[in-house]
Amino acid sequence: MQTASEIATAAREPERPPESAPARVNVPDRVWSGSLLLLGFAVLAVAAIIVAELVHIGGPAISHTGVLAFVRNSVWDVTRDVFGALPFIYGTLVTSAVALVLALPISVGLALFLTEMAPPSVRSIVSFPISLLAGIPSVVYGLWGLFVLVPLLRRPIEPLLAKTLGFLPLFQGPPIGLGYLAAGIVLAIMILPTITSIAIEVLQTVPGTLREAALALGATRWEAIRVSVLPYARAGIVGATMLGLGRALGETMAVTMVIGNSPSIRASLFAPGYSLPAVIANEFAEASGDLHTAALAALGLLLFAVTVALNVAARLLVRISRRGPTRVAA
Amino acid sequence: MNSLMARRAVNWIMTGLCGLALAIALVPLVSLLWLVISRGLAGLSWSFFTALPAPVGETGGGVGNAIAGTLYIVGIACLIGVPFGVGAGVYLAERGDTRLGDGIRFIAEVLSGVPSIVVGIVAYGLVVIPMRRFSALAGGVALAVLMVPTLARSTEELIRLVPHELREASLALGVPQWRTSLRVVLRTALGGIMTAILLTVARAAGETAPLLFTSLNNQYWNWRADQPTASLTVQIYNYAVSPYAEWHDRAWTSALILLLLVGSLALAGRLLSRRRVR
Repeated sequence: MQTASEIATAAREPERPPESAPARVNVPDRVWSGSLLLLGFAVLAVAAIIVAELVHIGGPAISHTGVLAFVRNSVWDVTRDVFGALPFIYGTLVTSAVALVLALPISVGLALFLTEMAPPSVRSIVSFPISLLAGIPSVVYGLWGLFVLVPLLRRPIEPLLAKTLGFLPLFQGPPIGLGYLAAGIVLAIMILPTITSIAIEVLQTVPGTLREAALALGATRWEAIRVSVLPYARAGIVGATMLGLGRALGETMAVTMVIGNSPSIRASLFAPGYSLPAVIANEFAEASGDLHTAALAALGLLLFAVTVALNVAARLLVRISRRGPTRVAA
Repeated sequence: MNSLMARRAVNWIMTGLCGLALAIALVPLVSLLWLVISRGLAGLSWSFFTALPAPVGETGGGVGNAIAGTLYIVGIACLIGVPFGVGAGVYLAERGDTRLGDGIRFIAEVLSGVPSIVVGIVAYGLVVIPMRRFSALAGGVALAVLMVPTLARSTEELIRLVPHELREASLALGVPQWRTSLRVVLRTALGGIMTAILLTVARAAGETAPLLFTSLNNQYWNWRADQPTASLTVQIYNYAVSPYAEWHDRAWTSALILLLLVGSLALAGRLLSRRRVR
């Protein structure tokens, strides 16, 4: 008995495993490797299918209108087969810009607060509601925007803005509630968790020594953040912003429900507009003909190209900044 | 001395502003949850879960077919998307340290940022045009395409958490590579992968845009994959943009059910991972 347990203990003694297993190539292993490779190609297949289908469906509209005319024309008249994407491009850009202006300072401030200022207990309590914010389906944001935000904008907020900032063309016109501003605010709420969580990730890679060096030289906490933390994290925060922008550009339901759905180009943020995803969502199922469907798919292709370009750039930036120091600004 | 005071003041002001950002971020969340719960609870009854939608002017009715439809479409999406998503993740973890693997990983990351409405167009071209009708299958394909890239990336990260010693021990005992991958590495990561699947399913269940012109909508029960099918999200949208006040109430109640569904899926995933990972 004694000896048996001794042997068992000896057998459990940690032994160094061999550096690598002998490369025994047998048939099942080959099959396994091959099928893994095929599964890996599934991702490439998905990418190829997306591009192929969009080009296939949207192609006729682009050859009908011409790429430049399609992007530059501001008239969208389905009955006359005139398809100009400009009002939708404009609406998408304006709402996303409003969303970024509102969300960026709040997200970065929030990320700084959680990583640099708040005690760890606060951080763990707060990170849960922030992740909750990211998990709410966009149609529910739209519902909230339509029945809570839009009435609020119509009555106190937009008249107030018109009274105080009305000298700017941005804040003129009748306070309808539905419009660019409503869409921008809902988008800001939706991209806030995206930007915040990536910014937190980036800020956590800033070496403690940088912070300590600044603090040791007598900097206040904010000065340490401004002088050493933010410059180090700059590329990553820019990347986070671009990922948030990508999400804002492609967001469909919430925007469709509050933007007002009017294919026009107005300077005022109070005015109703339209966005690329919103027009696809509204018109695709009831498209009046093949050319109309094709034009909507071409809008989808445009949206796809822009978001992919943004995502590629943003991912590269986040990768670079995760890997280590970029330029530390003087 | 004076400048030190000023610098300290700036420090406190900035700290205050950052704390204010937290408060501002929480306002819409609290408002949204409060309204969904308070306005949603008002219309909640047992029949809301089981009945078909009532026409305008009639009271009662429910979204039973939409709940069933969402589960049905998401089920189809899982059948298609989970094998490919998890499989691609296994590839990235096991063979992904090559240049090809890097490329595939990068493409998966970029694809997870593609707007879901665009994926709806793709599913329309893949399924709706050849079949000449809107169908649950088309909705399932759209959601599956959305699931693959995210699932691939999260599966990879979870498999990479498996300690290297386990794999080495198995290989050292003479177990071939494929058995080591399947029976040792994947089995260890299984709990985590289940979590990833549940979180991805939760996101898919909340999608509206890719269903608008793939599975469309249906006023009745439907269990055929080649027919238009109702979904909770599309139903919420239709109720919300309608001009009828009683439909608006139904939108809030449906939203409450949707949040409960999505939330319980996500919560189940979290609990599972907490038990496994410690």
